[in-house]
Amino acid sequence: MLRFALTRFVSLTLSLIAASLVIFLVIEVIPGDPAAYMLGLNATPEAVTALRDTLGLNGTLAERYLNWAGGLLRGDFGQSYSYRVPVAELVFERLWVSLPLAIYALALSTLIAFPVGLIAAARRGGVTDYGIMGVTQLGIAVPNFWFAMLLVLVFAINLRWFSAGGFPGWQDGLLPGFKALTLPAVALALPQASILARVMRSALIETLGQDYIRTARAKGLSQRQALTRHALRNALIPVLTIIGLQFSFLIAGAIIIENVFFLPGLGRLIFQGITQRDLIVVESVVMLLVFAVISVTFLVDIAYAAVDPRLRRR
Amino acid sequence: MRVPAQLILGAGLSVVFLAVALLSLVWVPQDVTTLSIADRLQPPSDLHWLGTDHFGRDVLSMLMVGARISIAVALLAVGIGIAVGVPLGLWAAAKRGSWVDEVIMRGNDLIFAFPSLVIAILITAVFGPSAVNAIIAIGIFNIPVFARVTRGGALSLWTLDYILAARVAGKKAFRISLEHILPNIANLLIVQGTIQFSLGILAEAGLSYVGLGAQPPTPSWGRMLAEAQTLIYTAPRLAILPGLAIVFMVLGLNLMGDGLRDLLDPRLRRAAR
Repeated sequence: MLRFALTRFVSLTLSLIAASLVIFLVIEVIPGDPAAYMLGLNATPEAVTALRDTLGLNGTLAERYLNWAGGLLRGDFGQSYSYRVPVAELVFERLWVSLPLAIYALALSTLIAFPVGLIAAARRGGVTDYGIMGVTQLGIAVPNFWFAMLLVLVFAINLRWFSAGGFPGWQDGLLPGFKALTLPAVALALPQASILARVMRSALIETLGQDYIRTARAKGLSQRQALTRHALRNALIPVLTIIGLQFSFLIAGAIIIENVFFLPGLGRLIFQGITQRDLIVVESVVMLLVFAVISVTFLVDIAYAAVDPRLRRR
Repeated sequence: MRVPAQLILGAGLSVVFLAVALLSLVWVPQDVTTLSIADRLQPPSDLHWLGTDHFGRDVLSMLMVGARISIAVALLAVGIGIAVGVPLGLWAAAKRGSWVDEVIMRGNDLIFAFPSLVIAILITAVFGPSAVNAIIAIGIFNIPVFARVTRGGALSLWTLDYILAARVAGKKAFRISLEHILPNIANLLIVQGTIQFSLGILAEAGLSYVGLGAQPPTPSWGRMLAEAQTLIYTAPRLAILPGLAIVFMVLGLNLMGDGLRDLLDPRLRRAAR
């Protein structure tokens, strides 16, 4: 197990280095002179030179990359050009919106998907099953930002249960914060839950066809007991895979949803970075998001090996 | 062989959207680039079947052109994924276990770590937003998907006797991949292509919603939704119609994909149902 974890860790590190090289190349090398790009067409040569100095663009490419990557490791993400504050400060502030939103959405989708998938598998071929499959098919087809707009229309404008956007912060207690994140989290969770419920259902049906389930039934366990005691645990592997794979969709979804609800999270930060041509902000936030995706993949791999020893051999 | 009902329904929906998109090339009820403030926010009428937006443009015409943009972006992105991903997958399978295989697969993992929106953000930060950049971003995202499906399908074929026979007959890996492997994984690729097509429609809508897709004055479903958001109190119709278009288009493609999978690969039928 330890050896498996170590090999996966080495490959995690290599992936992070490769990803950082790609991001560095796209942001700092392809535009030619990032300083000139950031200042636009009307910049004076003096201003460009001054910005080159502040951004540390005068070294060789290798020096600049090592500077940037070394900074990231120390938690120094550079200085935002448009906000004139360290990027790390901006990111840290916004993480307190984006991270709870992602976790809230993930928890909601799991809480919805597990029972729904279980019921569909237990009632396979029945009316309930067909109903659930139909609704989840629709859930996959609905773009989450449009679903978010519909939620606003119903729950914020017509019923006035929630506000249509904005975030009060956590200083007034947890409740107002969670209330503000509820509609966004529901909007994010819908497609996730639909996919997860379908995977859960087919994984359960697959395991229910196995010999050990027949043995369990022959021993005298009821269908429900066989399902919850034996099938559920074995069906968790494919479900875990999908949760891991869906994480990158969750991140992309969160970036868009934050814009629907005007939440001051990483997604808003990245778009402000783009419109203000603040490449330093874009570069660091993108690296952070990719870091999150790669780390989740790593954690899922480790979780597998813990759940299923057969997978450690690969 | 019985044709699955969902395939008929899905293909029907998809064909309707495709027909509307093609029709918009030669005819739309009203020009979508001329603004007429006097006609702004009109309810549905004989002249404007689905009403007008805040610039007085005909909503039906914009939806029709939007269908064309969505389909074009998603289709070209699938094309990029297939054109690059399939040869890579075939190559990796032919050289299975070698460093070529390893490099291709690790490269795939690397691209997988970038959500399509993040690729689009990177491209846009440097080159500015456009429909072409949306195509490239979604296309890059599609590459590892097709490479993986191709490699997986090809690997199981390489162990079969008829491939061994071809090798004994002196055929090189390149010819075997092209003449024996590719035709036999075509089913897999068609099904995956349909799924990526539908994901592409969703991704295009998301990108144009946040302003990273087709730029004004070209109408796109995503941007119609973005513009409707501020008008949601006064004209909720503008926020509902483009969303329904996206849902039905994606639903049609997903049903078609599921139906095709059932039809083309009976082995998957049991697990999928």
